[in-house]
Amino acid sequence: MGGYIVRVAGPLVTAKGLEKPMMYEVVRVGDLKLFGEIIGIENDLVFIQVYEDTNDVKPGEPVENTGQLLSVELGPGLTSSIFDGIQRPLTALQVNTGDFLTRGFSINALDRNKKWHFVPIVNEGSQVEPGTFLGDVDESSTVKHRIMVPPTISGKVQWIAPEGDYTVEETIAKVEQQGNVVELKLMQKWPVRIPRPVKEKVFSDIPMLTGQRILDVFFPVIKGGTACVPGPFGSGKTVIQHQLAKWSDVDVVVYVGCGERGNEMTEVLIEFPELKDPRTGGPLMDRTVLVANTSNMPVAAREASVFTGIAIAEYYRDMGYDVALMADSTSRWAEAMREISTRLEEMPGEEGYPAYLASRIASFYERSGFVKCLGEPERTGSVTVIGAVSPPGGDLSDPVVQATLRAVQVFWGLDQQLAFARHFPSINWLNSYSLYLDRIGQYYNRTFENDWLQKRNNAMVILQREAELLELVRLVGYDALSTEEQLYLETARSLREDFLQQDAFDDIDSYCSLRKQYVILSSILLIHEIILDHLRKGGDFNVLIKNPIRERVSQLRWLKEEDVPDWDTMERAIVESFSEEVKARD
Amino acid sequence: MIREFNTISEVNGPLVFVEGVGDAGYGELVEFILNGEVRRGQVLETTDKYALVQVFEGTQGLTPKTTVARFLGRGLTFGVSESILGRVFDGLGSPKDGKPQPFVDKYVDINGAPINPVSREYPAEFIQTGISAIDGMNTLVRGQKLPIFSGSGLPHARLAAQIASQAKVLSSEEKFAVVFAAMGITFEEANFFIQSFEKTGAIERSVLFLNLANDPTIERIATPRFALAAAEYLAFEKDMHVLAILTDMTNYCEALREISAARREVPGRRGYPGYMYTDLASIYERAGRIKGKKGSITQIPILTMPEDDRTHPIPDLTGYITEGQIFLSKDLQHKNIYPPIDVLQSLSRLMQRGIGQGHTREDHSAVANQIYAAYARGKDARELEIVLGEAALTDLDKLYVQFADRFEAEFIAQGEDENRSIEETLSIGWELLSMLPRSELKRIRDEYVNKYMPGVRG
Repeated sequence: MGGYIVRVAGPLVTAKGLEKPMMYEVVRVGDLKLFGEIIGIENDLVFIQVYEDTNDVKPGEPVENTGQLLSVELGPGLTSSIFDGIQRPLTALQVNTGDFLTRGFSINALDRNKKWHFVPIVNEGSQVEPGTFLGDVDESSTVKHRIMVPPTISGKVQWIAPEGDYTVEETIAKVEQQGNVVELKLMQKWPVRIPRPVKEKVFSDIPMLTGQRILDVFFPVIKGGTACVPGPFGSGKTVIQHQLAKWSDVDVVVYVGCGERGNEMTEVLIEFPELKDPRTGGPLMDRTVLVANTSNMPVAAREASVFTGIAIAEYYRDMGYDVALMADSTSRWAEAMREISTRLEEMPGEEGYPAYLASRIASFYERSGFVKCLGEPERTGSVTVIGAVSPPGGDLSDPVVQATLRAVQVFWGLDQQLAFARHFPSINWLNSYSLYLDRIGQYYNRTFENDWLQKRNNAMVILQREAELLELVRLVGYDALSTEEQLYLETARSLREDFLQQDAFDDIDSYCSLRKQYVILSSILLIHEIILDHLRKGGDFNVLIKNPIRERVSQLRWLKEEDVPDWDTMERAIVESFSEEVKARD
Repeated sequence: MIREFNTISEVNGPLVFVEGVGDAGYGELVEFILNGEVRRGQVLETTDKYALVQVFEGTQGLTPKTTVARFLGRGLTFGVSESILGRVFDGLGSPKDGKPQPFVDKYVDINGAPINPVSREYPAEFIQTGISAIDGMNTLVRGQKLPIFSGSGLPHARLAAQIASQAKVLSSEEKFAVVFAAMGITFEEANFFIQSFEKTGAIERSVLFLNLANDPTIERIATPRFALAAAEYLAFEKDMHVLAILTDMTNYCEALREISAARREVPGRRGYPGYMYTDLASIYERAGRIKGKKGSITQIPILTMPEDDRTHPIPDLTGYITEGQIFLSKDLQHKNIYPPIDVLQSLSRLMQRGIGQGHTREDHSAVANQIYAAYARGKDARELEIVLGEAALTDLDKLYVQFADRFEAEFIAQGEDENRSIEETLSIGWELLSMLPRSELKRIRDEYVNKYMPGVRG
């Protein structure tokens, strides 16, 4: 007799009599053969988290081993697809089971019938190691899919398939490994909870450009870095995540919708095929992999969804690509861990979360990085991880926020007050930070404009000064300020309205190139300096502040890229506009 | 597959242990028969030795020795057909209006199943509620879930009833229905809704599920699920546009907490269970549209915020799931403004795609943004005025204070029967914006100012 169920409590099922159960092994539970994973073994008892709804499941129903760890299928066909938390393709599920998700339906992640055009690049007889390219498949208009030797295989190529069309299951190469012949296919499998191996992690100072002014200038993230976006509801976390998924200068985006709204995934599905990748011109969807486990889908699969996402991200990284992974929201992932932990009757840590919460979060973010990939040719790739966090009541002392802050290098703190005033993105510039700033500043100075970091810091000083002055205004009123102080308030206001605010729903403003960012920022700062100088020489504040050039600068963000003048032209225009003032005074 | 047991070993609050069952299904429906009375319950945990059952009608008067537990071999279902329209049910789906059981087309699982995200249609169809603070500033669209965050003493019931009676989609006459689920509200409040539905004639197109304050607490866990099972049937099989009003979600969450406490689970914030987010999502996510289906479910859950605190777990978790919120404010209520909607704290996440040319009017988005900015500034200035006196304000700030006052009195405030068209709402907005110097209207394109600003003909 095989395994059978002895207890069902929500997503947790306890079974007995399983032969040689293995931790994190996939099992099929009950008459419906629901998908589950072993998460605890105690003598004869085996604890299973079930990735599907357990209604009507009874004690006595069978449980079957599969001998496999929870794995993902990796191969052509991942991009432009949408999967659930355990990599079932939702489009194929809809075709097979209708508009509502039904249980116990088994389906392959990658289409077994579709043929892909494979072009070999290795020769028979050559030695290959893990990660070496065997050939290419054009997966989409923007992604060339590199077919690699799986991480556990190396040896001599005995046979390689000629150029032609193959399904993901057909053999495309035979490799002799220690006397055995291994057949390789377009697809490989990898257990999600184990990081894919690399040669080494390396230091990087290349920014991941996002086209979002406050991020690129004030709080940038590097390729291979980590960032978190905590904020209360309604502060725009999801819009920021969507903006990053759209405009980041990476090759592949993996978007994990973890325990969030169904309509948000629908929005991505509608919008991304329409939008163009600013780098390649192809549809954004062609470089995007979606993993969706919405809030009403089974809670245990939510726990798995972030691992499914990161394993896919690592796979594309191994091809030598820059990959960005957005997880929205990691709080729902943590809550799923808490729910399972509670059902296991584990001793709780803070707020009922399991004691291993912080280490799980840290090890997830640590799968990011800029790496030298295994195999030939030599190449680098990166995975950048950006996690949204949804703390209860926006309270940053929440254990998930605190554990996340210890693991990430960039903090984009969202502010409810800014959101109420419809200042978007509502990232608070006073408490957010990026620990990559110096590195990236040097990179910008080296490759772009050499006063970048200086200008960024000057702008920050003005914004901080504004916060102090506003305190003062609250006590003594605006009129008590000197004209110099009033200028600080005016400049800070234009920084906020003309630079920090960015309209995600405006066709033009949604994305802002680095050059355009530089022109706007430099213009605001130059005007500030000139007026300050005039004031010190006795100029009239009310006249200076009404200079029409300020109006022109505030229109810059709405201009198309090609209509934005270069900095030299803009600089001349600004200086000239104040020359009348000088003449009048002199 | 009905099995009977008289082996109840333990009763703890709403929970009952039945020994020796061994094959109870998770979520299976159980009937307890005590002295001829039948109470219903649902399996919360099942093992090879016992089953743990929550009893909806409570365990008062339940004697372990003489009570028989009958396991029915199926979960909770509701018999649906179009003849449920115009009927009143109790919190567990039995007729409460004295009429016979309606004809049953089929039985559906009250828990439903999650909609495949691929099958969802993105909601973008503007619903005109006739209320300026909603239509103009926090637009509702078909298939949205937009809760009302209220407090005790605030007129959420009146507002919800007004929405139900006025809501319509521009340029269409389609089949609609109202599904109303009452959880732990007073007879008076329930009666208010019924009378208001009767007044507008909507009662013929309504299905009501009433669990009132004196009805069993645990029953409330099932009530919204019955209502949404009915809504799904009407929307996705009978092509109706369903407006589902669920009130009061705070009472629902308290019932959830009661069960969690009885099970001695590790409590989360304020004693609410850690899985409350997931549980609420299984209710709220049942709103939406499906590709290729004519009908839709628009949800308006109502909740009262304990101590008006929006960071309390109930509004907080709700806000994370729903697509915005309509926030009622005591301050506005004190100023005698109806509806007392605080537009700054309110939000409609689906607004962007439901407004503008082809939906409402081309200038809608810009006008709303400009009003938000101006009102926020006016409120800030008003606070400054309270601290420092009017003299401390600049002339411009004084203008903004006036703007904020007039905005509350003319735009937000309206009559309970006043049904404003979107054009009327926008013209009031323009009228107010015309108070401000044109250079302040940074968020509106010149062409719209020329076209719509009163007194400006471009």
